[in-house]
Amino acid sequence: MTENILEMQSITKTFPGVKALVDVSLNVERGEIHAICGENGAGKSTLMKVLSGIYPHGSYEGSIIFEGQELNLKNIRDSEHLGIVIIHQELALSPYLSIAENIFLNNEIKSKGLIDWNQTNLEAQKLMAKVGLEEDPNTPVNRIGVGKQQLVEIAKAVSKKVKLLILDEPTAALNDADSEHLLDLLRQFKSQGMTCIIISHKLNEIAAIADKTTIIRDGHVIETLQMQGVALDQERIIKGMVGREMNNRYPSHESKIGAEVFRIEDWTVYHPDDISRVVVDGANLHVNAGEIVGLAGIMGAGRTELARSVFGHSWGARISGKVFVNGKPANVKNVRAAIDSGIAYSTEDRKRFGLNLLDDIKRNISLASLEKFVKFGLVNDNEEYRVASQYRDSMNIKAPSPNSIVGKLSGGNQQKVVLSQWINVNPEILILDEPTRGIDVGAKYEIYTIIQELAAKGKAILVISSELPELIGICDRIYAIAEGVITGEVVKKDFTPELLMQYMTKAKEDSNV
Amino acid sequence: MSKVKELFGNDSKLRQRLDGVDLRQNAIFIALVVLVAYFAITTPNHASITPDNWSNLVVQNGYILVLAIGMVMIIIAGHIDLSVGSVACFIGAVAGILAVRPLEQDGWDWLPALPWWAAILGAILVGGIVGMWQGFWVAYIGIPAFIVTLAGMLLFRGLALMTLQNTNIGPFPDNYRAIGNGFVDKENTLGVRFGIEDYNAAALVLTAIGVLALLWQSFATRRGRIKYKQSVEPRTWFFVKNAILAVMVGYVGVQLSRANGIPWTLVLMTFLIVVYTIIMKKTTFGRHIYAIGGNLHAAVLSGINVRRVNFWLFVNMGALAALSGVLISARMNSAVPKAGDGFELDAISSVFIGGAAVQGGVGTVTGSIVGGMIQGVLGNGMNLNSVGIDFQMTIKGLVLLLAVAFDVWSKRRTK
Repeated sequence: MTENILEMQSITKTFPGVKALVDVSLNVERGEIHAICGENGAGKSTLMKVLSGIYPHGSYEGSIIFEGQELNLKNIRDSEHLGIVIIHQELALSPYLSIAENIFLNNEIKSKGLIDWNQTNLEAQKLMAKVGLEEDPNTPVNRIGVGKQQLVEIAKAVSKKVKLLILDEPTAALNDADSEHLLDLLRQFKSQGMTCIIISHKLNEIAAIADKTTIIRDGHVIETLQMQGVALDQERIIKGMVGREMNNRYPSHESKIGAEVFRIEDWTVYHPDDISRVVVDGANLHVNAGEIVGLAGIMGAGRTELARSVFGHSWGARISGKVFVNGKPANVKNVRAAIDSGIAYSTEDRKRFGLNLLDDIKRNISLASLEKFVKFGLVNDNEEYRVASQYRDSMNIKAPSPNSIVGKLSGGNQQKVVLSQWINVNPEILILDEPTRGIDVGAKYEIYTIIQELAAKGKAILVISSELPELIGICDRIYAIAEGVITGEVVKKDFTPELLMQYMTKAKEDSNV
Repeated sequence: MSKVKELFGNDSKLRQRLDGVDLRQNAIFIALVVLVAYFAITTPNHASITPDNWSNLVVQNGYILVLAIGMVMIIIAGHIDLSVGSVACFIGAVAGILAVRPLEQDGWDWLPALPWWAAILGAILVGGIVGMWQGFWVAYIGIPAFIVTLAGMLLFRGLALMTLQNTNIGPFPDNYRAIGNGFVDKENTLGVRFGIEDYNAAALVLTAIGVLALLWQSFATRRGRIKYKQSVEPRTWFFVKNAILAVMVGYVGVQLSRANGIPWTLVLMTFLIVVYTIIMKKTTFGRHIYAIGGNLHAAVLSGINVRRVNFWLFVNMGALAALSGVLISARMNSAVPKAGDGFELDAISSVFIGGAAVQGGVGTVTGSIVGGMIQGVLGNGMNLNSVGIDFQMTIKGLVLLLAVAFDVWSKRRTK
């Protein structure tokens, strides 16, 4: 007999001017893994904030029944007290505190009013064993990778006697191996009776793990699908999310490949914190006009490090090698020089490295090309507005005005602002680092289209991505990188995930022989 | 703001009208007006709005406002400068050496005699060098500005004491004093020629020019925005706001003309406010400052030379601190060891009352000026009401705290 651990009934949440959630009902059975998917801005996060008490009782309409009792949450502490724990996409760990300290943060084990560190470490080790985290509990969390940090968050949740675990995009920043481990862990928790809500954009992940999937669009529940024993209907989910047929997740295109635009020779970079550690080792690659070239590698393979070191030495130490743009040696000693040489780089982490979230769309777009707007020594802000309006229309940036603050936009729209910023520089070669990370299917499609339009205009494009299907879907040629070494180059007709994965996981010894 | 929303719902006419109005930016300005009105009523014989008191308000607060202009730029970029009071004192002493040339046994007799304007330029130059020193440590060595300027606070107070050799330097030449104490056409020769005796004619002319320039600027900006199909403030609000602004500026100008006329300090302040507003809003340097404070990493990856911007920010602050030091010494007619003591805190308070964000990236020159005026009017009004220094400090502390609290609160509500 099944029993609902959670029933959210007719939740309506209104913000000034917008209805974020309209009559949303969600039932979650005890012991199931329930996926929620929807485009960014569809209302998933708002729903979870209602559930976890971030939006307190009374700020929304409708009722929440958890384990048979109606909830009256005032804040997030109340929900955690009941065993509802939410793990956000951006992890909430204190970087300089140890794993054990983070696990018991605000939940410290005390004896006689003082923290009992021996007991803390012992309990931490037990919890770490449960989540499969093999580290010293005294290690500061900034020394472990994102995948392991995610496990620390989960251990923290387990320590709070969690009954309902909510994960918001848990694998967005993880590589395949770490994602796999996380999904295994969730299956294991499930077998122990824990209930789990997972928000994800990755359909294959949902297929692999979820019992049910609820699709949300524009604040409405579209439908809840049974997943078990049914062949996954990806088209149906995508259609439900975007509200339109999407027969092809990658726009088709025909590249007109021209002369060589960009070339790197013998590019070697060492780690700035440990200058004996080589991060990029003798890399050679080139990109032609009108060509979209992929750079595939697992996290930590040196992809971003390669790109950022080329882009004005903005990362790394002891950098050596040559960069050519249109056949001429390019000065990339600093970012300004690299931009002036015709190189543009859009970052993998738009919030940390890409945008001034406090400022508006127009000033973010003009930032890297501000000189173009200067007349008689003064910036013409009306001209900035005009240019930003054009990008808003051509890129379909959903915002009330070019004067809207970037921090208030959704991930996909922020990414379009970043792209606009770099397109406005009018570069020869555009390096796009994870251009679709953390954004929804519809916005992804739009970004692929933008990339292809740029290539059609004769720009050279280098795309870095963790998602192989994405690279296979949009690229003309793909380089694989493993442990800082370019291990293979594959042309379009030979694209298979298996071949690329083989190059991407090639151990260093093999390639050095 | 959200109260308004609750009252009038989301789609009401008034709500839509208010949408184009930046209430947060206007709030401190309204607070200033309310404060002026309050003291106009409560002070004995309405002393706070007498012509002489308006005049006093301007010259007493000029040096803090000069510091606030430099400080808001520093704070927007995500730094702080604790040394400005000491630097102002040091530069006052330097200006004293240059302009007054104390006794020959002091050892400065090798210096050539300088006219008053050269002494001022020289003092500002030394201020720039002081700024280079601090900018070097912040921008190129990477020491947090808090530490560098905390050290500077001691360092330059020490240098000031050395320069002054435990005495005061003064009196200053009349032309030098005028910048802190003088008035445009104090004798009203212009008015006498045209038979206007009761009002300072130069002040009236300058006020008229000021009001016209202000209105012209507002209209030109609005026209430009409309031409580019940008949203603008609702028409009625725009007219009402500018009319109120013009009346207020006009009123203060007329009051000043009934006293000694327009203080040179006010002329200087107006010039600085205009120039620095343009720098912050319309030059790449200004825009880079906002970008650095908003997101340092993104600024670096956009090709901004962050070190150079930080360096010149401190050079600018040094020069403005020097100008402040000149104003103080001109007003006191001597360079003294205690000059500028605690002024850094007044300047920092002005900036935060004026709406700047503690973590950087947000703030305006005009906001900081209004923030400084709020403090000035508060201090002046309480003095006239014979409020003791104990109460004054308590109230000023609370005003700072509540102003920032209001800011944080209103930001949270709009999220």
